[in-house]
Amino acid sequence: MANFNLRVNGRSHTVDVDPATPLLYVLSDDLELRGPKFGCGLGQCGSCTVIADGQAIRSCMTPVSNVAGSTITTLEGLGTVEKPHPIQKAFIDEQAMQCGFCVNGVIMTAKAFLDKNPKATEPQVRQALSGVLCRCGAHTRMLRAIKAYAQGVKA
Amino acid sequence: MKPLDSLKALTPDALAALEQSGVSRRSFLKRSGVLVVGFSTGLLTSRLAAPGSAAAQRLDGAGSNQLDAWIAIGADGNVTAYTGKCELGHGLFTAQTQLVAEELSVPFERVKLLQCDTALTPDQGTTSGAQSHPTNFNQANLALAGATAREALLQRASSQLGVAVDQLAVKDGVISAKADPSKKVSYAQLVGGRKFNTELNRAAKRKNPSEWTVLGKPIPRIEIPAMATGQFEYVHNVRVPGMLHGRVVRPPAVGSTVASVDESSVAGMPGLVKVVAKKNFVGVVAEKPWQAIQAAGKLKVTWTPGPGLPAHNTFHDYLRSQTARDTFAVNSKDVDAKLASPAKVVKATYLYPYQMHASFATACAVADVQGGKATVWSATQAVYPMKNSVAMVLGIPSDGVRVIFRMASGCYGCNGADTVSYDAALLSQAVGKPVRVQLTRQDEMAWENYGLAYVIDQRVALDASGTIVAWDHESWAPNLGARPGDNAPGNVVTGFLVGFQPNVPAPRTPAPEPTNYGNNSNAVPSYVTGCVGAQCGGTGKIQSQRVLTHDVKSPFFTGPLRAPARLQNTFAHESFMDEIAASVKADPVEYRLRHLADPRLIEVVKSAAKTASWETRPSPRPGNRRTGIVAGRGISCVLYEGDNGYCSVVAEVEVNQDTGAINVKRFVVANDCGPISNPDGLRNQLEGGALHGLSRALFEEVTWDDRKVTSIDWRTYRPLYVGADVPSIETVLINRPDARAMGAGETAVTVIAAAIANAVYDATGARIRQIPLTPDRVKAALAARA
Repeated sequence: MANFNLRVNGRSHTVDVDPATPLLYVLSDDLELRGPKFGCGLGQCGSCTVIADGQAIRSCMTPVSNVAGSTITTLEGLGTVEKPHPIQKAFIDEQAMQCGFCVNGVIMTAKAFLDKNPKATEPQVRQALSGVLCRCGAHTRMLRAIKAYAQGVKA
Repeated sequence: MKPLDSLKALTPDALAALEQSGVSRRSFLKRSGVLVVGFSTGLLTSRLAAPGSAAAQRLDGAGSNQLDAWIAIGADGNVTAYTGKCELGHGLFTAQTQLVAEELSVPFERVKLLQCDTALTPDQGTTSGAQSHPTNFNQANLALAGATAREALLQRASSQLGVAVDQLAVKDGVISAKADPSKKVSYAQLVGGRKFNTELNRAAKRKNPSEWTVLGKPIPRIEIPAMATGQFEYVHNVRVPGMLHGRVVRPPAVGSTVASVDESSVAGMPGLVKVVAKKNFVGVVAEKPWQAIQAAGKLKVTWTPGPGLPAHNTFHDYLRSQTARDTFAVNSKDVDAKLASPAKVVKATYLYPYQMHASFATACAVADVQGGKATVWSATQAVYPMKNSVAMVLGIPSDGVRVIFRMASGCYGCNGADTVSYDAALLSQAVGKPVRVQLTRQDEMAWENYGLAYVIDQRVALDASGTIVAWDHESWAPNLGARPGDNAPGNVVTGFLVGFQPNVPAPRTPAPEPTNYGNNSNAVPSYVTGCVGAQCGGTGKIQSQRVLTHDVKSPFFTGPLRAPARLQNTFAHESFMDEIAASVKADPVEYRLRHLADPRLIEVVKSAAKTASWETRPSPRPGNRRTGIVAGRGISCVLYEGDNGYCSVVAEVEVNQDTGAINVKRFVVANDCGPISNPDGLRNQLEGGALHGLSRALFEEVTWDDRKVTSIDWRTYRPLYVGADVPSIETVLINRPDARAMGAGETAVTVIAAAIANAVYDATGARIRQIPLTPDRVKAALAARA
């Protein structure tokens, strides 16, 4: 066990955990955040995605020791029900989910990509989402929401 | 985010009833915290758990005939409704809220729905089979409760105001005299905070759909803002004070049993609380999840090797060779004669693999077992049956079990939700503390209850005009287990590991003659009359018909997977119908219509074809080259479960004849489920069903070696990713406000595979009769073209 300082959604936290503990467990269990989720634990589905220092990372595969001192943003760090981030609002407006379990991975991956590539084409956005899974088949709605958000960013 | 306080949602009556049912107020508070509504957000909190807004409900469970079990009017006039049909991601929570608001004529925002808690809500069995809309939106259950409540309130208002009921109007929870609106009384004044003390009235009149202002509208789903912002509480987010974390250790191979468990192998590991072994069930409990994972990985368990598995590549032949339970769905007894001397016979065999639910999230549950009491937070579809099956697994009285539904990711049927609930309950019982368990991806995929593999032989006899005069269908499918129901926990792996047996098909041959018509599995094709004796329930015109099914024992657990058996049978029927049409050079739409009798099925076929600008001609498409990329279109249709939703789809595809890749460009889905409760929710279901169907048609197959399942993650069981090429999807909604409400969650998924296979044939002239439609199979079929 060891102490790690994490800056998550603008707040500092110190956690005392095994250094090998994947970041996801620290976020979900120690900090009780609901945005990042366990889907596979293998980096194959995207549900655990968080943005660390501007980069979308798979928190299920990232030991907490690797991100000590990083600035981490989770889905709940983007916006709230009362004041959703524009990308969250786009998903709400398009009703772009069914069970909603995958939207963390979709939103966080798309946002991190579009932050760096605001002029990305739709094929480029899809390429960025090639490792993100949805099982309910909300694909077309989600892509529509991302497109609406991206157009807002460009405008 | 603080959880909601569920006690605020309950009146003193409700609390007293809870205590009578053996759940102390303190333990209720301690154990459930909030957790009645399932999610919490700032905006939503007020409307979901407004203090004093509820509730005079009775907690009398099973199939309640009492209005108070379904609906309560709070002292503030807000409405609390109780349902036993749970939100699974399909929009039911919102649609049910609309239903109650509509029938009671109160604003949508003033209705709070509580769902699926065995201590609070009416026992509505299992939320499955596209049955929730039929169950709660027709003249029964929740809809009837709404109508009964409105009529009861009108009666009371009539007495109080001295105005005849037919001279009263209702708006926003206030009843007033039509002639003198100043004569009025509110629901709160009439019954607020008190019980109705009346039974559901079978004759209560539903509101006429022409008057609907809430139902039938595309109201956004209540949960989505919380989901999009990471505030929704899934079962994975349930946290209970003192909760520990469990991890199960599943056998390494099918049929392996425990030889020994070496507890010393994990002695002294950080956070380890206990190693639990009960027959072949093995698990560990630790203080933190990562500690449980480490301990489970290190625990030395010696297993027997297991008996081995039938070969994967010859499995369909294996199915035909097994002892079976034989059943006739229809048998007109003249099929052999018709097939003996027709103008023409067409025959083909279709193969379908085992597929899995492969839910996006691995299954998770939290259980708190203390002596003879257990509380389980579970994403099971079978909330009420689980009360008893958990009791069986734990060896405690079922009266002491409370199951509280919390949503997980989409389940699409009997995924790991039931088994993980048993895992959590067993581990909690062993340590006497609340335990949370979430399965690994591999444990979920290797042991879940798979959707059925199938072998389907089809034959038809044609007359000289090319019309079908006899249809013969014979199929083989492997079964083991299924939903646990209330008495068969051995139907899922955890129950089996602790010693309960799964259901296996009891051998029976020959099949007895059918005594009544039913087409729950869609084994009977849409084109026959479906006559059993004098009763004809089919949707087609062909009179000579035989449908014989063989259920054989499966080496793997099986269970309902979205459109169970119906997708497999529809793939075979609708592919075959296309083959027959092609054999007589008929247009696939025209040929279907020639054999259909049901006007609603005919209408969805015509609607899909019209919207897709269907070109009337036989398949394959003339002029397509035999190399490179070619385009084609295909159609299919179904009356789901024989009586529960009409759907037809046109698929347009491109096939790369060099690589064998299928690129689906467009779906047009026409659907008729009777009255439409929420058009956007319906579209979302049809779109999702179409893409789920695409994924299953093109990609998904359970694989195994000689001992164990080998499709255990997203590399070895690879579905449709978000970034993949996805088709445009157009939906045509046929609204029938006066018809019976039918299901819509499983119609589109049922028709997709055949439509794609038919489109591939149209494009290439190559027929693929085995799912998934992989590039290798496409190339093999292309090579086999004449």
